[in-house]
Amino acid sequence: MTKSMEILREGNGELLGWHDPDENRAWVREHKPRGLIDKRMSVAQAVGNFVRDGDYIAFGGFGHIRIPMSLVYEIIRQGRRDLAIAGKTAVHDIDLLIGAGCVSRVECAYAFGHELRGLSPSGRRAVESGQVKVVAELSNAGYQWRFLAGMMGVPFIAVRNLGGTDTFEKSSAKQVRDPWSGKPVTLLPAAYPDVALFHVPRCDKYGNAQIDGILVEDFELARAARRVIVTAEQIIDEEQTRRDPRQTAIPFYVVDAVCEVPFGAHPTQMPYLYYFDEPHIRGWLEQSKTEAGAKEYFDKYVFGVKDFNEYLEKVGGAKLFERLKQIEQLQPLSSDDVEGRE
Amino acid sequence: MRKVDPVPPSLGYTLVELLCCVASRLLEDNRSVFVGTGMPMIASMLAQRTSAPKMLIIFEAGGVGPQVPVLPISVGDSRTYHRAVAASSMHDVMSAAQAGYIDYGFLGAAAMDVYGDINTTVIGDWAKPKARLPGSGGANDIGSFCWRTMYIMRGQSKRTFMNKLDFVTTPGYLGGPGKREEAGLPAGGGPYRVITQLGVYGFDEATKRLVLLSLHPGVTVDEVQANSEFEILVPSDVSVTSPPTADERRILREIDPTGLVLGK
Repeated sequence: MTKSMEILREGNGELLGWHDPDENRAWVREHKPRGLIDKRMSVAQAVGNFVRDGDYIAFGGFGHIRIPMSLVYEIIRQGRRDLAIAGKTAVHDIDLLIGAGCVSRVECAYAFGHELRGLSPSGRRAVESGQVKVVAELSNAGYQWRFLAGMMGVPFIAVRNLGGTDTFEKSSAKQVRDPWSGKPVTLLPAAYPDVALFHVPRCDKYGNAQIDGILVEDFELARAARRVIVTAEQIIDEEQTRRDPRQTAIPFYVVDAVCEVPFGAHPTQMPYLYYFDEPHIRGWLEQSKTEAGAKEYFDKYVFGVKDFNEYLEKVGGAKLFERLKQIEQLQPLSSDDVEGRE
Repeated sequence: MRKVDPVPPSLGYTLVELLCCVASRLLEDNRSVFVGTGMPMIASMLAQRTSAPKMLIIFEAGGVGPQVPVLPISVGDSRTYHRAVAASSMHDVMSAAQAGYIDYGFLGAAAMDVYGDINTTVIGDWAKPKARLPGSGGANDIGSFCWRTMYIMRGQSKRTFMNKLDFVTTPGYLGGPGKREEAGLPAGGGPYRVITQLGVYGFDEATKRLVLLSLHPGVTVDEVQANSEFEILVPSDVSVTSPPTADERRILREIDPTGLVLGK
């Protein structure tokens, strides 16, 4: 028998998204094409090809920022079930997916709340009734570093947060003694989500994706996930990618699908392009107070439109996006923009 | 967006204004602060516009050194890297905190025990919660890594200053001196100040238990104790908080013109 590291303490949260690093290397070798392949497809095809019932999925962006909403709506439209979601600060995306009955498990760093906008009626109802199970707790940095370990292809990463708390007790982390300092150190298992979904301002047809503003943890998540879907405001030429390669945040060889979806983050914020659609978000928070209200929302905005373009017209079209662009570019906010249009 | 607490009109300021001003005065120029959503954001922005213009503000999603124009709705909002020195990533800023670069962490909290441990995860049993709260977010990280963590809680009561938390989301002193280090956290960090609607607290050096530092105008020691399940240490020299000045109140309104946090 091989000698193993002494474990001082271990959390009893469910271990989601972990693979033996050699198994994952073999999977990558087999399934991720290294050639430049045109990966453009429709949102319906991308979700149809790469998101399966029961998958462990993670969204790029952060909370209400740069969320690939066309993919969220499409997952609902295609009726995916039993998903496990990375609550890596997951807010609007997870809330809608829970409200639509797509989710059964959550590993939670931050979910069921909307920051300043208050708590989430839909997410809380589902957890408090047992419809959705929180299977593990974590912190934002904890998630970030689970993805970093996944991206690096190592089985775990040593960190110095979480210790001493119930967040640790309900996580999938373990503590061992650092062989150098002799101090207790927390080990986070690598996470390789089955699918990671992103919205970016620009991407070429091969999947070289550019991000403006903060990366949050998209750099690591995209490289850790097995399947990656990128929606972009605009598909750019390969030449544009090559003119300024420093702009590439996500390289083509980790990407499986590229979809052109202008305004694809609505109602969340797209940095430099459009602000949060506050009245729309408040509408959801209001309607989702009841299951019937949530159903009406989905009937109207998901099942009641044939595609994302029709959705964009329904939520306010060009006029709305002109206004959201002005707000994003710091023209003064009026209380109408914050509280509601009615 | 939240309902603003009732305030005696005679005082001429609101509770939220008072909390934000008190909090902002605790921040130091030429130091770094990791800022959470809501009142910590307003307080940091106020400090940057008054006593601490060169304070380094950092947001967990990657905003580094911004000159924040108006109140961000989220810690990842593009306002969190407006005129910033860097728009980087969570890995970058969380690593900076873990490596010792961040002096202050600044957070809101739902419930706290006498050692400054925080619950923002559940009310009731974790597996069958009475109420599910959002969880750690970046709070566990900030409370683990920053040299000094400060909390704003507007609702101090026996239900929020508790003997035993339903869940310890974020570490305070975890039961006394040396406990953080035993738990594998970086040495020398921990909670530093707690600001509630009643007063400002620190932590006793020897026991790491909550100690009263100052009372807000019109508040008594009895009220402080009556609104806590655990006993609060009261030294002989408790001061009285200075109320918000007219200048501070004017700047607060510029920061949050639509009353997102300050109320209408």
